[in-house]
Amino acid sequence: MIFFRTLFKTKGEAISFAVFVALIAIILPLALPIFRLNLVGKYLSYGFVAIGLVLLWGRCGILSLGQGVFFGLGGYCMAMFLKLEASDPVSTSIQTTPGIPDFMDWNQITQLPWFWEPFKSFTFASCAVFLLPGLIAFIIGWAMFRRRVGGVYFAIITQAIALILSLGIDGNQGFTGGRNGITDLKTLLGWDIRTTGAQYTLYFLCVFLLLASALLAKYIINTRFGRVLMAMRDREDRVRFSGYDVAMCRTFVFALAAMLSGLGGALFVLQVGFMSPSLVGIIPSIEMVIFTAVGGRLSVIGAILGCLIVNFGKTAFSEAYPDAWLYLMGGTFIAVVMFFPDGLAGILDKSGTLKAKLSTLGTGLMKKLKPAESAEKASAAVAEIPKTAEP
Amino acid sequence: MQGAAETLFFLSAPLSFCSARPSGALTLPHIQLSPPMESYSWEDLQNIFLMQGFAGISLFSVLLLMGLGLAVIFGQMGVINMAHGEFMALGAYTVYLCSTLTAEYAPSFGPYYFVVAIFIAFIVCALVGAAVEWLMIRRLYHRPLDTLLATWGLSLIMQQTFRSTFGAREVTPTLPEWLMGSYSPKEGLDIPINGMFVLGLAIAVSFALLLFMYKSSFGLRLRATVQNRKMSGAVGINTNSVDRLAFALGCGIAGIAGAAFTTIGSTGPDSGSRYIVDAFLVVVFGGAASLMGSLASAFGIAQAQSILEFFLEGTKGKVATLLVIVVALMIRPQGLFPSKVRAH
Amino acid sequence: MSDRNFVLEVEDLGVSFDGFKAVDGFNFYLNRNSVHVIIGPNGAGKTTVLDLICGKTRATSGSIRFKDRELRGTREYKIVRLGVGRKFQNPSIYENLTVLENLELSHPTGRGVFGCLFFRRTPEIMGKCLEIAEQIGLADKLDTEGGILSHGQKQWLEIGMLLMQNPEVIMLDEPVAGMSVRERQETSQLIRKISQNRSVIVIEHDMEFVKEIADRVTVMHMGKVISEGSMETVQNDPKVIEVYIGH
Repeated sequence: MIFFRTLFKTKGEAISFAVFVALIAIILPLALPIFRLNLVGKYLSYGFVAIGLVLLWGRCGILSLGQGVFFGLGGYCMAMFLKLEASDPVSTSIQTTPGIPDFMDWNQITQLPWFWEPFKSFTFASCAVFLLPGLIAFIIGWAMFRRRVGGVYFAIITQAIALILSLGIDGNQGFTGGRNGITDLKTLLGWDIRTTGAQYTLYFLCVFLLLASALLAKYIINTRFGRVLMAMRDREDRVRFSGYDVAMCRTFVFALAAMLSGLGGALFVLQVGFMSPSLVGIIPSIEMVIFTAVGGRLSVIGAILGCLIVNFGKTAFSEAYPDAWLYLMGGTFIAVVMFFPDGLAGILDKSGTLKAKLSTLGTGLMKKLKPAESAEKASAAVAEIPKTAEP
Repeated sequence: MQGAAETLFFLSAPLSFCSARPSGALTLPHIQLSPPMESYSWEDLQNIFLMQGFAGISLFSVLLLMGLGLAVIFGQMGVINMAHGEFMALGAYTVYLCSTLTAEYAPSFGPYYFVVAIFIAFIVCALVGAAVEWLMIRRLYHRPLDTLLATWGLSLIMQQTFRSTFGAREVTPTLPEWLMGSYSPKEGLDIPINGMFVLGLAIAVSFALLLFMYKSSFGLRLRATVQNRKMSGAVGINTNSVDRLAFALGCGIAGIAGAAFTTIGSTGPDSGSRYIVDAFLVVVFGGAASLMGSLASAFGIAQAQSILEFFLEGTKGKVATLLVIVVALMIRPQGLFPSKVRAH
Repeated sequence: MSDRNFVLEVEDLGVSFDGFKAVDGFNFYLNRNSVHVIIGPNGAGKTTVLDLICGKTRATSGSIRFKDRELRGTREYKIVRLGVGRKFQNPSIYENLTVLENLELSHPTGRGVFGCLFFRRTPEIMGKCLEIAEQIGLADKLDTEGGILSHGQKQWLEIGMLLMQNPEVIMLDEPVAGMSVRERQETSQLIRKISQNRSVIVIEHDMEFVKEIADRVTVMHMGKVISEGSMETVQNDPKVIEVYIGH
């Protein structure tokens, strides 16, 4: 019960979460053909990044324009494993060097590079999916937050890192597959991931992990740690002089957001079947910030919905009016940032607060009519305080 | 800026290798550019360094002009303008437009139009900048991260506008004769004249900016606002109009950067976005809002990129330069020339 | 000089900002369980001294020993954890949290990342919050958001947040600035009470208030100590009179 309270502060929150679960786990799979559902799965894998951004940007006030880096790292870890599995000596027998990925062969590489070796192991690859992004984020975060780098500086430096990684992958075709990325992924431990059945399974795996991550984020937000994050955002010095290690807290959130992004990247690869530097660089990184901003930077569910809405909007709109799409995207983004900084979730919340205000007005009137009863209620409420304080 | 580099690549007979791909997907031909260092004679190396150095000077000039504009805005308002690259492109397109119009209506003016076009580019960008400040930036005051995101939205819109107006293909204004060609003090060494011109332009703008900041009354008001906004407001400085002018000035300088850019490359809708990260790093690495810092870091970044580009294949030179800067910034976040104001 | 009675010994402390010596050769000894007030004209370097002690500004010379432990070069949060608390000049509380949450967040249990994540509000913590709230006169405002408290109440809340950490040294930067006469009286009572089992450093301009609370007074001018002793000694020191009236 206590745990449930930590996750959902109000009944409304619990209900909206339940509606969201019903939407992505029941309604969409029943309503959409597998091709469309696969697309939803792809968008939901961006949702992992969005959850990380809610913690990092919404709650902690740190804007990273390099989340694509971690999404990409997670994705590449998974793609490298799948590519090695797809490049067994039999199916690559026409190559000069059979048994290595095709793009290496095209680039006259005759031996698997050392850093590819460990990705033959599924255990290693699936751990690396979130541990590698987490570790790199930890190092970057530790170096920067310890030196009090934040705000605009942090945004610019993370953006530069996104550029470096995407250029680096792009420029080393023999080792990374270059601009085309890693393609032609077929099986996972012998299980063909391209069949309809596998796509359903992977969709539900993605939904399950996404919901688990969302609950984890909601838990974090509602614990003391969540309050410390908000406090750090608004009154950094006070938090520091209350004995908290501000740099460590920020580094932790940054690393956690990176790990979630890496997981999202891996699920993207499993569902979509390829990974390329176009998902790593500046533009995808900032687009993920857009999804989060449109959905609501403070709300976990809002941010995931933001990913779905913007991407479906993009698919639908850019097919019909490719020229107007960038206008719409830029315009929406400016409007959201300027007028609705809390995004869709904020708009919905406001209408909720309005309702709540109306209803308190109603109960206030009732109290005036029945003063005796309300006094009774008040004393009951006072008596309840120590109870709620109990663990 | 690539001109000199390409000639030399040609001389050193690059081994190019196009991969035959069965999948039919688009691939970049893999180019082996760099023979080992030993294969160059000392004479060659000297010329390479000189020539890449001069090629770097063009890049340096553009980065410096971009960086100065950004630094003015960042120093004044603590705001990063993500659409700064698009303002540069706007300047470049303005020059292109001037060139087309001159060719159409006043061909005899051809040799001189470029100088006038630089001023027009400055004015156009400054006006658009002032409008953007009025419509957007001032409403986001105290929210620097949101300003960054909103200006990114603006950059999308500007890019699409360029694409709709001028097409997706890159355009080049007709440059006057006197800007073409190169000066060869000795054999094997060509110094492009456009590079020298752009360098002169960048230096002139830097000096003008310094004079403006330290000698004009507006510069005084601007510096006062940077140091103490509340107090400046209290002594009767209209900080809102100072902000607007500073933003317009920064965008105007980006316009000049665009004009400079047309002499060394062709302009496409996304030309600006290719330079934006470098320009940010120039400002941040130089130390916030320090003009000297911007100068030093623009020079360092441009030269490192230009010289490394020759010895490392493809984009590796750029990757190496950026990597060094990012690591340096992690160790020394205040940059080369930190501001010496007591921190609060 | 290392007397056991001193909880904090500051010797030859100095800091310069780009050549300007804001604090220079500053010596300061803090007795246990006493109130020590630092006074001085504007720009004398009083707030800078507090910044140096709590680690917000790095000293360029000298030493700061807290119970025989060097604080110079220690990170801020570690200094706080050792037992030195600091209140800022402008009330610095969490405006969108309630009084109770403000106090609870300052409780020293679970200040690490994982400590925060698995923090539970135990009866002891709740009891401590109520006790402190009582002490600072905000017991009936536990569920009020910090932002809507009066200026004086915000100041008290911040003092309460320091008390939650149970520090041995508390540093208060102008605690009664902007308070009404009544609020000042209550604050001076509060400071006397909390100094019964800890030492308090106060920066203040209001001489009446200083007289009420100070066990010892240090006068600063241009980054240096010009006089030290009881209130009477200091008040009659010709150097002090010159600084305050002379120019």
